[in-house]
Amino acid sequence: MDRLLFGDNQFFGINHMSEEKARAQSMRFQEISAVIDVLDCAFDQGIRTFMCTTHDRIAQVADHMRANPSRYASYQFYPCMPYAHKYANAVTEDGMVGAIRRFLPSEGLLNAALRGGKSLATKDIEGITTLLIDSEMKMFEGLNTPVVFLQNVVVDLLLGLGFKDAFRVFAQHVRKRYGAEPGFITMNLPALLPVLREAGVENPIVCSNINKIGFRMCGGVDEYERLLRGGGFRAVAMSVFASGAIPAEEAIRWLGQLPNVEAMVFGASSASNIRSTRELVERLMPAAASQGAGSGFQQPLVSVGG
Amino acid sequence: MTTLPIRVAVVGLGKMGLSHLAIINAHPDVRVCAICDASGYVLDVLGKYTGLKTYTNYQSMLAEVELDAVVIATPTSLHATMVRQALERGLHVFCEKPFCLDGDEGEALVQMAAQNGLVNQVGYHNRFVGAFQEVQRLLAQGVIGEVTHVKVEAYGPVVLKGKGGTWRAEHGKGGGCLYDYAAHPLNLLTWYLGTPQGVGGTILNPVFSEHVDDEVYSTLYYPDGVSAQLSVSWSDESFRKMSTSVTVLGKLGRIRADRQECQVFLRNNAVLPEGYTQGWNIRYTTDLTLPVWFYVRGEEYSAQIDYFVAKIKMQAAADNVNDFASALATDKVLAMLVADAAKGASTTSGAPVTAPKKKRFIFG
Repeated sequence: MDRLLFGDNQFFGINHMSEEKARAQSMRFQEISAVIDVLDCAFDQGIRTFMCTTHDRIAQVADHMRANPSRYASYQFYPCMPYAHKYANAVTEDGMVGAIRRFLPSEGLLNAALRGGKSLATKDIEGITTLLIDSEMKMFEGLNTPVVFLQNVVVDLLLGLGFKDAFRVFAQHVRKRYGAEPGFITMNLPALLPVLREAGVENPIVCSNINKIGFRMCGGVDEYERLLRGGGFRAVAMSVFASGAIPAEEAIRWLGQLPNVEAMVFGASSASNIRSTRELVERLMPAAASQGAGSGFQQPLVSVGG
Repeated sequence: MTTLPIRVAVVGLGKMGLSHLAIINAHPDVRVCAICDASGYVLDVLGKYTGLKTYTNYQSMLAEVELDAVVIATPTSLHATMVRQALERGLHVFCEKPFCLDGDEGEALVQMAAQNGLVNQVGYHNRFVGAFQEVQRLLAQGVIGEVTHVKVEAYGPVVLKGKGGTWRAEHGKGGGCLYDYAAHPLNLLTWYLGTPQGVGGTILNPVFSEHVDDEVYSTLYYPDGVSAQLSVSWSDESFRKMSTSVTVLGKLGRIRADRQECQVFLRNNAVLPEGYTQGWNIRYTTDLTLPVWFYVRGEEYSAQIDYFVAKIKMQAAADNVNDFASALATDKVLAMLVADAAKGASTTSGAPVTAPKKKRFIFG
């Protein structure tokens, strides 16, 4: 896994600080070319991993990458599924089962029909879960997707419900069908880790808020630090700046002194912000800070493998 | 102190019910003893994979399972009966919003909960949002002086085309933008200003729906010339998700708040609260939000459940945030809006401003 991953919140009008900023961003990134320009800018600076929601508009980014295979041969996506609001709004309109039906493949594959129909009838989640994963992954066909994440709202909902099997089903399907490592995004790292272990997901990639002020770190900063020291999972830090509440240098300096943080995901809209984040990470999260085995920290920003 | 763990059942496993279930099931002081839903699918899947005890019949569940509290997240039209049955058994009740739509029935439930000393709470989660709490704090201190006008708004992308198969598309079941969306900003309004004396100019208009309203506008009147306006649509795709906001104008300043931030403009003669300056002040969610023990979809959803549990633990049933009485105040405003909209505008001709919409035929 690369050390620095590029996130996508800024492209979709998601800003945890300000709805006005969020709206300005969704206007700015209305045309997909504006998104691609920023991704190119990051790519040219060695940031080649795009950790992105399976939002409909990402399909256009994927199309662009597919159409230019020589430029983007080393480019990789870390899809984060599902785009939850799509489902939540559908549930309000069609009810729970109606919403699931709406997103299942509607034609073609006999296999899909069998998996889906049987699954709905027997209440066996395996078929339906794998179908939903496949439908979300379709847009990335032919592209590199070495890690596939399950979004935090789903992870944390399943975690709260005690729906442990879903994590196993997700991990197995992502590994088997896509040759990818499963990843889990969560706001509840301390609660999730033992459950993933119980579900048989070994050394999981877990992405969570890791920031100096403890913003959306359920269980508290100290507990996160203790877990990081203990290892046994591959930590990806998000919300390092706590939506802008912590100055960039202070935020990254703090992150840099934590053990076993394998990667950091960040969002930026301008070349200067991308460059300054990159430089801060190179300076303040040196390779020596890595204590995790096989984390790929030895290379500056780009490394091999998922 | 109530004996721990507190034994809870969750009733109604739609979007809100699942969310409440995930949150309360993760609470260290709670044991979820049963879940109940009339439709089998989600219930059966949950029963199969989580081991929770399942019921399709609410009354059988109440009769068979020893409980301390219930979380009710069924369609609104079922709230009153279910809440009553729970209170009769001495259970503390957390009920989804809106509370029960029928004022008399609501009043009886308020009395019943009070007489039995039971914790009673309704899911108006915005009262647990840091930025909206800050508005209340500033208003209570009189920071912007005498309030002259309040604007409450909510927009989001729920109904974007002309169909819909769930209870939310049926008026009689508590569906529609008024009950689903507008109830939230109205609840904030009644928190800040109390129950209005009257309402006027209410519009309940379908945009895409056949049987219910998709947009709601109204003016609400308070004593001494204070007024408020409500502007709500759930058919606005320019919003990624539901967005609720409130703007308060006072003689000494102005406050605008949404879930993310609280922007306060204070004039030079305002009495400044600690940390505030003249001119613009912005407080972000990162400053205003207290951490929660478990996060699913926003701190406020966890915080309201934690509050409910804490109240049960302390056996403190009086005057809690979002108690039935406060939710009933919102119900009453909802009823006023419905009556006002039905009355229509005053016109010179006496005829309605626009004829009711009818299906158009070929020559129609």
